Amino acid sequence: MSQTDLYTLVGSALFVIGLYALMTRPHLLHKVLALNISSSGVFFVLVGIARRVGGPVPDPLPHAMVLTGIVVTVSSTAFALALAKRIYTETGTAALDAADVDVGESLGG
Amino acid sequence: MGKVTAKSPIAVRVAALAICAGVGALLARAVLAIPETEPGLAPLVDANLAVSGVKNAVTAVLLNFRGYDTLLEIAVLVLATIGVLSLSVTQTGTWDPIAAQADPVLSALARFLAPVMILVSGYLLWAGEHAPGGAFQAGSVLGAAGVLLALSGYARPIWVSRFALRAAISVGFVVFLATAIGEMLAGGLLLEYPADLAKTLMLVVETWLTVSIGAILISLFIASASPAEELRRRSGGGE
Repeated sequence: MSQTDLYTLVGSALFVIGLYALMTRPHLLHKVLALNISSSGVFFVLVGIARRVGGPVPDPLPHAMVLTGIVVTVSSTAFALALAKRIYTETGTAALDAADVDVGESLGG
Repeated sequence: MGKVTAKSPIAVRVAALAICAGVGALLARAVLAIPETEPGLAPLVDANLAVSGVKNAVTAVLLNFRGYDTLLEIAVLVLATIGVLSLSVTQTGTWDPIAAQADPVLSALARFLAPVMILVSGYLLWAGEHAPGGAFQAGSVLGAAGVLLALSGYARPIWVSRFALRAAISVGFVVFLATAIGEMLAGGLLLEYPADLAKTLMLVVETWLTVSIGAILISLFIASASPAEELRRRSGGGE
């Protein structure tokens, strides 16, 4: 198994772990974390692919895409957290299905 | 205190597991099918690096070859910031201190660290021309310095008005867009830098991007940082 295979397989596994948590966890904070784990998986795959060129310098294009991706992930995470907090402010719960989670479940502490 | 480890019903979890196993198998097949060695676009980047105006390939891709991506990326950041600022119930987007009674040791440390971080940010911005670095790394360090100051109880400086903060948030995108359109008016294509001006223009764009990214990261953090309980109390949210 090559280095690229290892990175891309681990990246795929991370993506799937995030996907599972996104579907099964009702708490919005868990969903935001799950999305972040999934995007880390995507970055792993891209960084792994960048090594395929051989030689000491990796392909700069996937690296630039990862940089862009990190920034977009940060901003989408911040927006998602702001939405989750507003939902908690308005409804008193930060979970999608209130039946699954006790009212007043802590978002902040 | 509620159940923190709330889970979905067993049927949902089994269905999710099946979907994830399927997606995982497809992904594994796809990534294993990627050719082992492949030049990709690296030779193309290397061949054109000389005319890009910078010596670092990643910076050349970000600011020059794929400048369109970066332009849209800063647009996404500005949009997200507008969204977060609009959603916050209080006006915490104006950089109020978070810690009302900050730890004196932390305050002293922050006073010592903040200038160093600003210096590092400037270095990263300049280093991006020939080594790993650039506007996004520099902006992140700048944002971290602001977050550290806010956590240590230092309020928004009096000379930074709310308008100034919003101007700082958007200036990077505006300068980038103006440069792109200027190049088009000068007879080129959108984001096609004239070869002799490429380095200067990219440095100008990157400098303002750094300012914007720093301001954006600080605003995103501050607007999300006030305790949720306080927000509920102020907005009179339902129980």
